[in-house]
Amino acid sequence: MSSFSHGPFLWYATRAAGLVTLVLLTASMALGILNAGRFRTRRWPRFLVQGLHRNLSLLALAFLALHIGTTVIDTYVSIGLPDALIPFLSPYKRFWLGLGALASDLMIVLAVTSVTRLHLGHRAWRLIHWAGYLCWPVAVMHGLGTGTDHGRAWMVGLTLGCVAAVAGAAAYRAARLLPARRLAR
Amino acid sequence: MSQRLRVNPIMCAGHGMCAELLPELITLDPWGYPIIARGPVPDELTPMASRAAAACPTLALLIVEEEGR
Ligand code: HEM
Ligand code: SF4
Repeated sequence: MSSFSHGPFLWYATRAAGLVTLVLLTASMALGILNAGRFRTRRWPRFLVQGLHRNLSLLALAFLALHIGTTVIDTYVSIGLPDALIPFLSPYKRFWLGLGALASDLMIVLAVTSVTRLHLGHRAWRLIHWAGYLCWPVAVMHGLGTGTDHGRAWMVGLTLGCVAAVAGAAAYRAARLLPARRLAR
Repeated sequence: MSQRLRVNPIMCAGHGMCAELLPELITLDPWGYPIIARGPVPDELTPMASRAAAACPTLALLIVEEEGR
């Protein structure tokens, strides 16, 4: 057993990658909601909002892979790849880790169906894309409940910031769409 | 072979993304719905046309291949 796979390095890497994934997923979520709320300004045309939503989602997926990879390689607690992908399989922190596995699965489904959207058709893609509203809160709860840092002031602060960002985007969208009674897509 | 742009008016929700990405061929009417320039898509614009079609939130912007005249 090398010090790499057993030492604290991977544990730090896992936590850092998890935090980055949370921030990226939050940004993607907020942009997705803003975009559906038809947010645009002179300096932020819609294709920019949508392109960022897309690219940040894919970047979040890359950090998710890192987050899972470092967790699995780390031998300090034995969490295997199946535990990371099949919700509530792992005996270690079964509930909180299970939420992480569920959010990961949803992220993968969201990304795959979006990248193949042209073949899937709009209706099916749109239906599946609603899973974003499940994915993000589940990921946030996983972050709050699982980590070494849970309960620390800065972790709670970061999470509150994430919630505020998504709530802000949702409020913008509601304010923008409700009074106009625009037809839904 | 040449390409033409079509909008499916039932699917189009007037997001206007297509006009941002392809202003050369698409303008918006006062309600935000697209007006497509007549004629085939010029060769140099086909990449941007594909991009605009893929970006349309409702996939209402279509590229149809035509036997060219
Ligand atoms: C982990 C990944 C993702 C999450 C959590 C997510 C979340 C969301 C959310 C919450 C919305 C608003 C949906 C609504 O209420 O109408 C949205 C819209 C959208 N997303 Fe995503 N998304 C993800 C990945 C992607 C990717 C990879 C693409 C790539 C093409 C994409 C393309 C879109 C588009 C085109 C919209 C529609 C905006 C509109 O209706 O105008 N998403 N997303
Ligand atoms: S991007 Fe699509 S929905 Fe928006 S105006 Fe163009 S065709 Fe219509």
